[in-house]
Amino acid sequence: MSDLTRLTIAEARDLLRARKISAAELVEASLAAIEAAAPLNAAVEITAEQARDAARRADARLAEGDAPDMCGIPIGVKDLFCTEGVRSQAASRILEGFRPPYESTVTAQLRDAGAAMTCKLNMDEFAMGSSNETSCYGPAVNPWRARGSDARLTPGGSSGGSAAAVAAGLCLGATGTDTGGSIRQPAAFAGIVGVKPTYGRCSRWGIMAFASSLDQAGPMTRTVRDAAIMLRAMSGHDPRDSTSADMPVPDFEAALTGDLRGKRIGVPREYRMEGMPPEIEALWARGAEMLRDAGAELVDISLPHTKYALPAYYVIAPAEASSNLARYDGVRYGRRAKLAPGDGVTEMYEKTRAEGFGPEVRRRVMIGAYVLSAGYYDAYYLRAQKVRTLIKRDFEQVFEQGVDAILTPTTPSPAFELGAMAEQDPVKMYLNDVFTVTVNLAGLPGVSVPAGLSAEGLPLGLQVIGRPWEEGPMMNVAYAIERAAGFDARPERWW
Amino acid sequence: MTQLTYREPPAKRIAGAVGEWEMVIGMEVHAQVSSKSKLFSGASTAFGAEPNTNVSLVDAAMPGMLPVINEFCIEQAVRAGLGLKAKINLFSVFDRKNYFYPDLPQGYQISQYKHPIVGEGEVLVDLEPGVARRVRIERIHLEQDAGKSIHDLDPELTYVDLNRTGVALMEIVSRPDIRSPEEAAEYVRKLRQILRYLGACDGNMQEGSLRADVNVSVCRPGDYERFRETGDPSVLGTRCEIKNMNSMRFIQQAIDYEARRQIAILEDGGTVEQETRLYDPNKGRTRSMRSKEEAHDYRYFPDPDLLPLTLEQAWVDAIAASLPELPDEKKARFVAQYGVTEYDASVLTAERESADFFEAVARGRDGKAAANWVINELFGRLNKEGRAISDSPVSAEQLGGVIDLIASGDISGKIAKDLFEILWTEGGDPARIVEERGMKQVTDEGAIEKAVDEVLAANPDKVEQAKAKPSLAGWFVGQVMKATQGKANPQAVNALVRRKLGVE
Repeated sequence: MSDLTRLTIAEARDLLRARKISAAELVEASLAAIEAAAPLNAAVEITAEQARDAARRADARLAEGDAPDMCGIPIGVKDLFCTEGVRSQAASRILEGFRPPYESTVTAQLRDAGAAMTCKLNMDEFAMGSSNETSCYGPAVNPWRARGSDARLTPGGSSGGSAAAVAAGLCLGATGTDTGGSIRQPAAFAGIVGVKPTYGRCSRWGIMAFASSLDQAGPMTRTVRDAAIMLRAMSGHDPRDSTSADMPVPDFEAALTGDLRGKRIGVPREYRMEGMPPEIEALWARGAEMLRDAGAELVDISLPHTKYALPAYYVIAPAEASSNLARYDGVRYGRRAKLAPGDGVTEMYEKTRAEGFGPEVRRRVMIGAYVLSAGYYDAYYLRAQKVRTLIKRDFEQVFEQGVDAILTPTTPSPAFELGAMAEQDPVKMYLNDVFTVTVNLAGLPGVSVPAGLSAEGLPLGLQVIGRPWEEGPMMNVAYAIERAAGFDARPERWW
Repeated sequence: MTQLTYREPPAKRIAGAVGEWEMVIGMEVHAQVSSKSKLFSGASTAFGAEPNTNVSLVDAAMPGMLPVINEFCIEQAVRAGLGLKAKINLFSVFDRKNYFYPDLPQGYQISQYKHPIVGEGEVLVDLEPGVARRVRIERIHLEQDAGKSIHDLDPELTYVDLNRTGVALMEIVSRPDIRSPEEAAEYVRKLRQILRYLGACDGNMQEGSLRADVNVSVCRPGDYERFRETGDPSVLGTRCEIKNMNSMRFIQQAIDYEARRQIAILEDGGTVEQETRLYDPNKGRTRSMRSKEEAHDYRYFPDPDLLPLTLEQAWVDAIAASLPELPDEKKARFVAQYGVTEYDASVLTAERESADFFEAVARGRDGKAAANWVINELFGRLNKEGRAISDSPVSAEQLGGVIDLIASGDISGKIAKDLFEILWTEGGDPARIVEERGMKQVTDEGAIEKAVDEVLAANPDKVEQAKAKPSLAGWFVGQVMKATQGKANPQAVNALVRRKLGVE
């Protein structure tokens, strides 16, 4: 059975179509792997019955012979997605026991394409965090360990459960969401591929909002090809999301040729940061070399406003979050605090939100309320929006100069130990997003692809940033790295 | 386009203990857009549904739900803007106004803050013929209505009804150009009339489709003029806002009370605190709701779930071309075209339906006679029975028929009223009724003479008296009319009687 959990989506698709394996077998293998992986704490809800039903339907479609690519593929779904009748809590106590009577557009599209959801996946509470430690379920654990150590490592965040699940073979692919790096950073930490599409590519309808102008759903898979296949099923215009774009969805997989002749890849000098570990620097240089070998021309570029991105992000995202999370008030659904005699509506709000939200969510809600408040709006929120415009323009200018894609490291370090940041200044944790937030601020697509191992034997990722709506060509660059790097390391099973 | 001339009245003055005072009034009118579904969701806006039945997932602010703009509501706001001769902003933005309340499920109201859909316009508030106040409109923006909190169903719990949550409102903000309680009420009446002409709002105040917040301050004579010259609001008094009023009468009462309250404070040497107040119609008083210090910091910011709203000029132009004739133009035209008085024109144009009815009656007929019959007989009767013009038992065609019969001399004015009564209760074709029921005026000289002779012969003593006192001739005319059941032509009877009595 364990063989089935190691299949890529592309392999499984071909075997399913050839009727060499069944969706039912794949789903059982996924469920068994989930069952056996409790120490990873990746799955927060196992949806065995729904998955088996989906497998039966998928096998019937496969028998008819015109099944879509994702038909019969076991996937995991980040807990941020509302899934009909299935507990959906955004890993927060405040949504205790919440079962939405509706299905998010992205997961509905995957379901309609025949994918079988086997589990809901752990994450940072409301997607706020970079280590999965803010989850009300406790952190998911990275299946990777440093060589010679049994310390538990973070799978990154916020889509840490998704990264851990895909890396450990609990499912063949998983949905993630990325607001400042929440798909790409965990993908890098877990040695898998994660794509954050162009803003507007995937519908946000039914995904609990963190920062509406930055949030995008995307696939997390073991190969670039799998990401291309899964992204296609997740994409498309949705009239229920006014920010979703009415753009054709191309066959992303068809773009994966590995041929980069005539392509110009930019290497931004501002990403070469003070104190960057030499092995990250070396990986980046190796990545550039791989692309040159695939026929690309490497050019030095400048994105001058990069250094303002992180502060701007940590104003805009909390501002939107403070408003988006106002609806969790204990009135209509989720948790409501027990009230003392004489408590009124104000006490209900205060107690419910104080005990329902964890400290990181509370911190960001407070920051957000602060930067939007009278007298501070111009100095913080408005200025951050101006910075955002400048960052966007930086990228536009580079693309206008004929650059097709941009190569950077995904993260400044490999996965760190769970708990390592507990006593640190929260800003240290925010630094994890330093290479990834610009992409969200500019609404661009970005992909993290595993490109090597650290000295301690932990996966490292490179990020490719694409032109808007050019996820295909962007993934082709990642594909060239994937082929050249020949990254086939897997976490050794310890769980 | 014809326009009537008008002059602006002086501000109303209130005599204080020491000298006179004036009031300065600005209004924010919330007009519910007459749409079937809500501003950002497909839920119904029908009034009077069972609590919490017209609530979509978006209205209930379920996790992950997103607003999608209702284009019909945008169109109505543009229509309203054009109807108020206002600038339509081709670029506008929806913002979030953040505050917590149980009947506000999202924790924010989607509104328009810095970039409203409609900019500056104006309303001409008619006060009496030839007198009107020009009230400048600052802006109109679109926003969501809140739900309803019900505090009196249970001693401890509050119930929430979300049916109204998310219904589209147009907030119409005036400049502080209103100078008396009466003008304030007339301003609302005029807005309501224009919105109803446009079909943008049904104007039903009982159902809450039109509600007003009123800002009131007082100042000394001359201060307001200085404000208009300099634009400096600090020369005016501190204002208080009276929230959420849905009756013209209460608006007047509340402003009057509030102005006197402020004057009393100032004359006592006190200062008026800027605050939000509520009017209690039972006590006839306003009371403090929250002070400036307690005012919310709404933390407005652009709603990231909605893209800025951009309109095309051609789309706006097409709407402009489709607008109906509006009250001011219609009124001026009625005066010019039908020769009716300005007052009658106001009455006739109060509602689009009554104006249309009048025009159907007046077409090809004497305008004044038509106005007379429509206003005095028809409107009078409709009012008495509490019926709407659309519900009139007498059609414009029938009423026109009555007027035609008078004009041709077939019936007298008195018979015409009887005929109207028959049409009202039984219906039918006026000419045929007159024919069939023998109501036609007798103009045959011989027949009238015979009737006169009979009356004179039967009253020899009265004849003698009348010869001495010609004013008694009227009594004979009455007798003849009675004998002919009112059908004799009264002028002919009068002439004959006088000739025969020799009192011409």
